[in-house]
Amino acid sequence: MSVLRPLDKLPSLNTATILLVGTEDALLQQLADSMLKEDCASELKVHLAKSLPLPSSVNRPRIDLIVFVVNLHSKYSLQNTEESLHHVDASFFLGKVCFLATGAGRESHCSIHRHTVVRLAHSYQSPLLYCDLEKQGRGSCQAQLKRCCLQEPQLPIPR
Amino acid sequence: MDSYDASESTPRQSTSSRPEDYFIGATFLQKRLESVRKQTSFIPTPPRRKIPHCSQLQEDVDPQKVAFLLHKQWTLYSLTPLYKFSYCNLKEYSRLLNAFIVAEKQKGLAVEVGEDLNIKVIFSTLLGIKGTQKDPEAFLVQILSKSQLPSENREGKVLWTGWFCCIFGDSVLETVSEDFTCLPLFLANGAESNTAIIGTWFQKTFDCYFSPLAINAFNLSWMAAMWTACKMDHYVATTEFLWSVPCSPQSLDISYAIHPEDAKALWDSVHKTPGEVTQEEVDLFMDCLYSHFHRHFKIHLSATRLIRVSTSVASAHTDGKIKVSLNNLVK
Repeated sequence: MSVLRPLDKLPSLNTATILLVGTEDALLQQLADSMLKEDCASELKVHLAKSLPLPSSVNRPRIDLIVFVVNLHSKYSLQNTEESLHHVDASFFLGKVCFLATGAGRESHCSIHRHTVVRLAHSYQSPLLYCDLEKQGRGSCQAQLKRCCLQEPQLPIPR
Repeated sequence: MDSYDASESTPRQSTSSRPEDYFIGATFLQKRLESVRKQTSFIPTPPRRKIPHCSQLQEDVDPQKVAFLLHKQWTLYSLTPLYKFSYCNLKEYSRLLNAFIVAEKQKGLAVEVGEDLNIKVIFSTLLGIKGTQKDPEAFLVQILSKSQLPSENREGKVLWTGWFCCIFGDSVLETVSEDFTCLPLFLANGAESNTAIIGTWFQKTFDCYFSPLAINAFNLSWMAAMWTACKMDHYVATTEFLWSVPCSPQSLDISYAIHPEDAKALWDSVHKTPGEVTQEEVDLFMDCLYSHFHRHFKIHLSATRLIRVSTSVASAHTDGKIKVSLNNLVK
């Protein structure tokens, strides 16, 4: 079983690669599209994955940031995230992992309590962002925050 | 004893460390608490709930009055505290509300002053429906149709019922000032139009605000676990769950019925600490159901949304409708 390690490949010049991990394809696609629309100093590549471990057969660049997308409406996405976290090397958690919780806006549809995700992010010492892609404009706000994460990869963002 | 009170205390606004705190997410008090929590970087612990034991208050409960609350579908609303509400003025309120309803219903029609609309409004208190002694008394509002024949003085048919209650509202009551009566839960049964008229009157008279209370999947799973946990002599209905699958264009509903004794057996194998229910136990209970379903149908129920839970004790729907079927007090 392959574990994602942060420094196992050489970095590509002037390029940042973000890996989005989540169960919902449409959501990840929307998030990736909104991120790519933003202007960025360096070139940005976004990879999408349903879960980890990633297939080792594909040639991919070094991953600079992993974003675990948890949909608060679906317990399945939380379980998927928890299982995927086991395939990430511990050194990734020094500022290269971020949790993104979506769907908090529709309280009536939530199957997971918000604090469950807060505890998860706290136990992995990684920042937790909230995002609501149903509302226009928020997606780009989150993309900007993620840009901050990328520019300072060693510093965890204070919550 | 436990079953009635447990089912009553679940859909409640309470800011103690209970999961239903997060029910009414947008209230002012909630926001205030959240900001305080953020400042102290509070890391929340998994919620646990005590199964309430309210033995001393049950002596006050009138079984007849309480019995009619059963087997009816109630629509839930959350209510802000009532300003200058007094339990001594109930007769006065009945009269005022009666006049208001009559006026509202006759709006736009050529009116003749008189008792055309044969309705009667009654306010009464419901003793004993509370969690602790500090909770304000619950009260009931009923609209009855008056008999057409003046010679018969019989009570007419109940057209609409609504009741206000507060159960285990300790932490909320601390923050509310003296002039306010805090009865955050309102349950209504009857025509929507009547609910709207009565809501308007209350809002005007007591400067409060009603909002429909939705029950999210997280809280429904807690209700399912707690109602399954109730010890019962015999079960009258199967335990049923209903999930809504989010897919376009039409949503798909999945219904899962379990024999209530099997559900109780499953709960007993999961439940560890007596007198208390923890988040882990609820999650494990639901996960067992999900994995069983997945084994047979290869469908991940955890990716869908729980919208309805129905047990022998009570049933609840995500739109804020509950029905209580069992009252051990009557025994």
